[in-house]
Amino acid sequence: MNIRKTMTALAVSTLMSLTAAQALAADTIKVGSFLAVTGGASFLGDTELKTLQMYVDEVNAKGGIDGMQVELIHYDTGGDSKKAVNFAKRLIKKDQVDVIVGGSTSGTSMAVIDEVESEGIPFISLAGSVKIVEPVKKWVFKVPHTDRMAAGKIFEDMKKRGISKVALISGDGGFGKSGRGETLALAPEYGIEIVADESYGAKDTDMTAQLTKIRDTDAQAVLNFGFGTGPAIVTKNVRQLGITIPLYQSHGVASKKYIELAGDSAEGVRLPAAALLVADKLADADPQKPVLVAYQTKYEAAHGAVSTFGGHAFDGLYIALEAIDRANSTDKAKVRDEIEKTTNFIGTGGIFNMSATDHLGLGLDAFKMLEIKNGDWTLVE
Amino acid sequence: MWDQILQFLITGVTVGATYALVALGFAIIYNASDVVNFAQGEFVMIGAMTAIALSAGDGGLPLPLALIGAVLITIAVGILLQRFAIAPARGASVVTTIIITIGASIFLRGVALLVWGKDIFAMPHFSGEIPLHIGNATLLPQNLWVMGGAALLVMGVHYFFNHTIIGKAILACSCNRTAAHLVGINVGLMMLVAYGLSAFLGAMAGILVAPITFTSYDAGVMLGLKGFSAAILGGMGNPMGAVAGGLALGLIESLAAGLISSGYKDAIGFIILLLVLFIRPSGMFGKVSAERV
Repeated sequence: MNIRKTMTALAVSTLMSLTAAQALAADTIKVGSFLAVTGGASFLGDTELKTLQMYVDEVNAKGGIDGMQVELIHYDTGGDSKKAVNFAKRLIKKDQVDVIVGGSTSGTSMAVIDEVESEGIPFISLAGSVKIVEPVKKWVFKVPHTDRMAAGKIFEDMKKRGISKVALISGDGGFGKSGRGETLALAPEYGIEIVADESYGAKDTDMTAQLTKIRDTDAQAVLNFGFGTGPAIVTKNVRQLGITIPLYQSHGVASKKYIELAGDSAEGVRLPAAALLVADKLADADPQKPVLVAYQTKYEAAHGAVSTFGGHAFDGLYIALEAIDRANSTDKAKVRDEIEKTTNFIGTGGIFNMSATDHLGLGLDAFKMLEIKNGDWTLVE
Repeated sequence: MWDQILQFLITGVTVGATYALVALGFAIIYNASDVVNFAQGEFVMIGAMTAIALSAGDGGLPLPLALIGAVLITIAVGILLQRFAIAPARGASVVTTIIITIGASIFLRGVALLVWGKDIFAMPHFSGEIPLHIGNATLLPQNLWVMGGAALLVMGVHYFFNHTIIGKAILACSCNRTAAHLVGINVGLMMLVAYGLSAFLGAMAGILVAPITFTSYDAGVMLGLKGFSAAILGGMGNPMGAVAGGLALGLIESLAAGLISSGYKDAIGFIILLLVLFIRPSGMFGKVSAERV
């Protein structure tokens, strides 16, 4: 065999393997993800990852998107922003994913924004902070409700009840601080006066000192922005001190655990929460109901009680996949444009209508106002 | 105004009593071996968590039995910690031993995480949740349990160290280990007793406050830190100083939150701690240490 023949054969085989590789690549949609599956925020990442895996499997079992299978590539950040940046780089450069759905915490999501913006890859964040999409960034979207929406929903309900003076008490963690900031900023818009502004440490065991001060103000309601044990202790302390004005909690306590911990003290507490929490109590005509019940049934069959956080992963994944479906390609710019055009997407978090100026696309109606009665959630109309 | 201050004092004493019990645990082990046991907070957590686990569900023990069981299990954990983690490092320096206790605290937290998960747990109040009124101030029956329990335990520990032979033997070990050994004191056994006693106090603190504060696998971290601060404030190595430090810290926090600013209450606590250490490096009631030559 002479050299020329060998070269030709080599070239041909290389070419063939190249096209084969390309054909193979075109056959899969690569969804990248980085979540806090371990560490302090694992209650977010754990259920988010389970949801992503569950629904990627379901999509593939049904034949994929436009005949292409979906591949999920995931890294665990442990809630560490530095790791999140490294993993985002790896997802983009090494794994060459088509879209990123992830970022359990606001910190990890904010950290990767520079990277996804400069590389130009659609990124749907699963974290709460409004700062992720405000101001609007070309490639960055998010699906969870923001604390500003929670504060707005609460103020709306307070106004209906004729409450105008509110005592605020918030945890000193990221969630409580951010909620406090949004509450203070938003209150004037609703004509609400914040007459007390107290805080407590995330692991504090007693808030009666702060609440005693609040008791002696002329507040007509108490609003608590917090997370974990804090709100349950606040609730118990409020009752212990004989404070009878209404108590509002944030969506940070929207889980059965809160009712269990606060017990009888939680009676009458109001809070804004995603509809997923009361899926079975929604009217049958509610367009969200079928989506919510389907997600709840599927998740609970495999992993136990649902949380709204897993629901965010569901919303993010399907918004991304439907955008790829509409774009008929995995071209990043086209997919980005389609994500931005998401309209009437019925997710677990609400009905999404994104636009060039709104990369979240949820209104205040995405939150339901709940009241705790007889140890269970009830919808406030 | 006075109603408010009375409420702040009640809150401060309740929180302070918890800190005092944790600080007392620190002081006992420090007294016996010059080691700061950073797993002290984990004893508090294990006490509360095992009590809840033992009493949970339909097949669970009645609360009093569950509490006794939880205390015994925590004491066992304390003794095992001494026997299998601290004792083998006998020849090591104090700093090394302290590092071992930090490792032990991370290990115990990890085990608790594996056994009970990340959930937060509640424990029933011992005698109901109907608040008692003193003027305009209120307190829960459980607050009285915490204060009364802490007072009894503190008196018990005081009696133990001053009037029993084992207590005095432990003090002897702390004064001079070699000399104690020479006069026939079983130093190893005394160390076991000291860790067991610390674990007992931690467990008691845990089950007394759990109905008020709830508990979770990482609840010991903050209590451990606060108890350590209290022990430093009162004077490391002086059990009664540790108690005073705990109460002082609880009261400072509560009054600072109520009268100054809840956002700065921890900062105010630590500033006072620093000031005390500047003026009296050995703490409020600590013996002024002299370098032995």
